[in-house]
Amino acid sequence: MAMTFAKKEEGIYELDVTGYVCPHPQIYTKKALEKIQSGDVLEVVFDNPSSSESVSAMCDSNGNEILEKIAEGGKFTFRIKKA
Amino acid sequence: MEIAIPRKNIIWAYIIVGFFGLVSVVTLAIHEYYIYLSAYLWFGFIYGMCLQYGRFCFASAFRDLFAVGVPRMVVGIMIATLLFAITSNLVAATGWSTFHAAPVSIHSAIAGLIFGIGMVFAGGCASGSLYKTGEGNGVSLLVILSISVTQSLFVDWGGILNKFVPASWHESALQKGLPDSINVGDGWVDQYLAGYVWNQPVKTYAQSLGMQDDTLTGAMLGNAFAGVFVPAVIILAIVYFFWVRKNYMKKLQAEKGVVTFRDHLAGFWGMVMASKRTSLAGLFLGIACGLQMFVIEGLRMKFGVKNAGTILERLGHDFGISAKGTVFDPGYWYVTTQEAQWVGWTFQKLGMNNMDNIYFGWVNGIPSPAINPADWMSVALIGGAAVMALLHGEFKFKAPTRELAFWAILGGFFMGIGSRLALGCNVGAFFVRTAMGDMSGWLFGLGMIGGAFIGVKIFNWYTERQMAKEMAGLDFDL
Repeated sequence: MAMTFAKKEEGIYELDVTGYVCPHPQIYTKKALEKIQSGDVLEVVFDNPSSSESVSAMCDSNGNEILEKIAEGGKFTFRIKKA
Repeated sequence: MEIAIPRKNIIWAYIIVGFFGLVSVVTLAIHEYYIYLSAYLWFGFIYGMCLQYGRFCFASAFRDLFAVGVPRMVVGIMIATLLFAITSNLVAATGWSTFHAAPVSIHSAIAGLIFGIGMVFAGGCASGSLYKTGEGNGVSLLVILSISVTQSLFVDWGGILNKFVPASWHESALQKGLPDSINVGDGWVDQYLAGYVWNQPVKTYAQSLGMQDDTLTGAMLGNAFAGVFVPAVIILAIVYFFWVRKNYMKKLQAEKGVVTFRDHLAGFWGMVMASKRTSLAGLFLGIACGLQMFVIEGLRMKFGVKNAGTILERLGHDFGISAKGTVFDPGYWYVTTQEAQWVGWTFQKLGMNNMDNIYFGWVNGIPSPAINPADWMSVALIGGAAVMALLHGEFKFKAPTRELAFWAILGGFFMGIGSRLALGCNVGAFFVRTAMGDMSGWLFGLGMIGGAFIGVKIFNWYTERQMAKEMAGLDFDL
């Protein structure tokens, strides 16, 4: 499945990078966070385990808050609030 | 983040461990020589578990640093290299090391550059692709196939490539006295090896400081301290200065106003501790790598052999043994040569002559993958990673899409070429050589960092285009 980026509702966006391996999930997450506004929420869906640490570290470093982390059946969903 | 582990995952983990256990027991019952192959198998299994647990990937290390500013993995890998340097050099000091240093010259850095570009494209280094295959990742399996086929073809390729061989290499290669069966005057890699690489000096840091590699002083002070600790601390300091310091200072200034040198030391330590998962994996990896050298050398003494080729011949397996009577038997962790070997063996069985080149015919051989010690190690590495992924609820079958298959094959191609030019990959040419004080290790590493930087630049351009396409319908400032 190709990468998809969509607006779910006002201020909430979804980036689906399911099926992608490194470095796609973290690079697309970084680029999506650069595009959205401060205070907006980005929901990132991915299934590449090692990207979870990279995305977490990237958010920690840039001050973006991870509101929720869900892991189920090898699939991860991170809700990130842009600082 | 809580992850529920399905019961079937645990059952599959037992099945995998049981399978490898059965292979060890049954083959041991056939002949005690098979314990040599089982030693490789179980060390491979441990490596797979460590790699998956620590997300130990050299591609991730430099790529995440340049692409998204995350230093976690590069810090973890520096620490792991240092820990491995301690264990492996202790073994070297006992005189039981199986390691042999490689020739040092600019070829290591060029090879590292090509390899570095490839690992960014592929989404994983050679060892990273193995453990990710254990996570059920079809893209990584494709990367392994691409590395394997590229290497196997590249080492045997003559024809038009012979025109790009300098006359000095050709002349020098012919003077090496290799048997006629190798046909050293035909094949680019043959003439590169015998006409150029073999003429380069072999140096370790201990030797350059006037010490012996197999003494405690030479191993620990010359190779581990001067050759690994000092450069690793310098690299970590650079990473802290350029990637961590700014954000750390911003946070600290908001809290207490003034930032002192003591705060920077605390920040540096915090950066190290943030990589503890990779570092912990590196610690066990380092211990296992050192122990493998010790165990394999011990088994060689027990059986009175210097190479597994002799063991295979005694067992009646004489197909694919090199002209020297050897097969690939590094005695420590290695990745790419055994990948080339199984393809070389397949091509040989299909009627090609793969034994008329130095790589297969003179040095490594192409024994059947079913009795190739290093292949046992790689297969078990995938199994070990699968067990760890299953037990953490991270195993998932993923078929490659056309887009990812393209990157996997392209990346694997570059890594295959880089591996053969360097005589190893991120493990054999960087991790092991650097840890053992071989001067070619850091040269390959520097090239690999440069390659990762170039790879990230290309990848950034590509992903930016993809993102722009996807956001075209939305109200964004692109």
